[in-house]
Amino acid sequence: MQLNKHTNGLLSIYFTAGYPTLDSTVQIAKTLEEAGVDFLEIGFPYSDPVADGPVIQHSSEVALKNGMTLKVLFEQLKDLRKHVSIPVFLMGYVNPVIQYGVENFCRSCKEVGVNGTIIPDLPMYEYEELYKGVFEENGISNIFLVTPQTSEDRIRKIDSLSSGFIYLLSSNATTGKNLQVEDKAEAYFKRIKDLDLDNPFVIGFGISNKETFAKATTYANGAIIGSAFVKLLAEENYLERIPDFIRSFR
Amino acid sequence: MSKYQVNSKGYYGPFGGAYVPEMLYPNVEELQTQYLQIMEDPSFKEEFDQLLKDYVGRPSPLYHAERLSKRYGATIFLKREDLNHTGAHKINNTIGQILLAERLGKKRIIAETGAGQHGVATATVCALKGLECVVYMGEIDIQRQAPNVARMKMMGAQVVAATSGSKTLKDATNEALRDWINNPVDTHYIIGSVVGPHPYPDMVARFQSIISKETKNQLLEKTGKPNPDIVMACVGGGSNAAGMFYHFLDEENVRIIAVEAAGLGVDTGETAATTALGQEGVLHGSRSILMQTEDGQVVEPYSISAGLDYPGIGPQHAWLFRSGRGEYVSATDDEAMQAGLLLTQLEGIIPAIESSHALAHLEKMKFNGDETVVICLSGRGDKDLDNYMKYFNL
Repeated sequence: MQLNKHTNGLLSIYFTAGYPTLDSTVQIAKTLEEAGVDFLEIGFPYSDPVADGPVIQHSSEVALKNGMTLKVLFEQLKDLRKHVSIPVFLMGYVNPVIQYGVENFCRSCKEVGVNGTIIPDLPMYEYEELYKGVFEENGISNIFLVTPQTSEDRIRKIDSLSSGFIYLLSSNATTGKNLQVEDKAEAYFKRIKDLDLDNPFVIGFGISNKETFAKATTYANGAIIGSAFVKLLAEENYLERIPDFIRSFR
Repeated sequence: MSKYQVNSKGYYGPFGGAYVPEMLYPNVEELQTQYLQIMEDPSFKEEFDQLLKDYVGRPSPLYHAERLSKRYGATIFLKREDLNHTGAHKINNTIGQILLAERLGKKRIIAETGAGQHGVATATVCALKGLECVVYMGEIDIQRQAPNVARMKMMGAQVVAATSGSKTLKDATNEALRDWINNPVDTHYIIGSVVGPHPYPDMVARFQSIISKETKNQLLEKTGKPNPDIVMACVGGGSNAAGMFYHFLDEENVRIIAVEAAGLGVDTGETAATTALGQEGVLHGSRSILMQTEDGQVVEPYSISAGLDYPGIGPQHAWLFRSGRGEYVSATDDEAMQAGLLLTQLEGIIPAIESSHALAHLEKMKFNGDETVVICLSGRGDKDLDNYMKYFNL
């Protein structure tokens, strides 16, 4: 699954499957598509989410208590493509994937129509050595992260291994820290844009309002909103509030 | 190259690796490319050896425990890591890592701690070197281990409560990793055990390998032979065991026995017996064996001993277990407490409850009278007096 390199202003949303309630997953996805979101990351929860800040840690904990597992999630996503047509990526940590079986995982993704995966603690070396074949056989794009500290050589390597988009972290941080739009961040975004990579890139982590979204999409093909959206899910009538939330970014 | 040591890709058999998010990649890569070079530098070696001698008090004695030997019908030596400065083997590693951090130009040190022994050992070396120190500790452990929290504070460390998850060691480790993600340039993370992404398991094992290096020399002096028949140690993450086993791994005639904490019993659900119950998986940056659900969620361990209360083991231990080189067994809370009391009464040494687990396994062994056994007495029991008092109604 390849996002279009020449499209701009893509808006993507991350949310944790099984949060706020076990069966809220597909309804939220459907509502987001109707609200004009361009693609989705659906998180599968893990007990030890080291790359996440408090908001997504909390949603993961609640989702696990609600009974969310990869098995349950794939069951819920069986009819995903009846309701949702935009690209969908699953995002989570590698250990649940290993227990589910990497091959089974890729096959299940394909069966329900998931386009790709983002597994932050599955590094490039291990992916290439152990899992690349099975991802490609099933047509599942694995998305890699790039940070301000990632060297150009490594970015080029990531670009060559990627087949969906590149996930650019706005700063070296866990999720949910508001992006400080300053010269340093802009210089970094511009540096990546100037690399003229084969894959489109979208910026995530710390995108929480119109200003940060606009700044990110000046350079990137799109931006991903995670913690700010997960916070909304804690409120009453969150489904009805989704359209206004999405409008507020554009 | 030993088949039991890490290979050039950071693996022990199928275990190990560096399963870290991209945010930590530069930090880990910096360590991977530099740790051996720094550790082999003569000026590093000189300073490390000097501090181990003058500050830690090494070599630690190898003590022939005669009354214990008589009781079990074997020649039993105790490697007295309990006599080190700060009371356990942990300081061997923190001395090594603080010297490494200095040479990497790091200004700030972070660490995780369970019972507080590694936190104290880290705060100690930070005071020694005048570096900023932040220690993450589970909120529940902070309440349970007040004296160690006070020690760290006296030495100028900031102790931060980990309030996520179960609020114990596993969560303190998560918080330390999050701190490192947010402070990638100036901060070094001193991991306290042979866990974490490559090169930590190998680096920590090398710093702890002083334990078996000294043991060989001391045994030769005392018995005329450098190798015992059996070496034993307790295993949580496994750093004292990794150090105790290090120079014996390729001596295939030496039996290697690692004792995990069975808690209330391996089948009770209240246990930390990782090899008995665990499956292959990834936690805290490496592929190893860990206690987890069918869905890959990490299970909360239990042991009376905070230092063994961890749901995984280091990747080298996973490999020693899987390859059959090591025998991995377990001792319950009760067995360990009785063994701790026995050593106190026979030898006048109060062991840490962690170390008592290794001693407890002696009860289950059969000796023919002429074996030489070395047990790593990884720590002293001062920190556990509360537990001993409650358990034995003292």
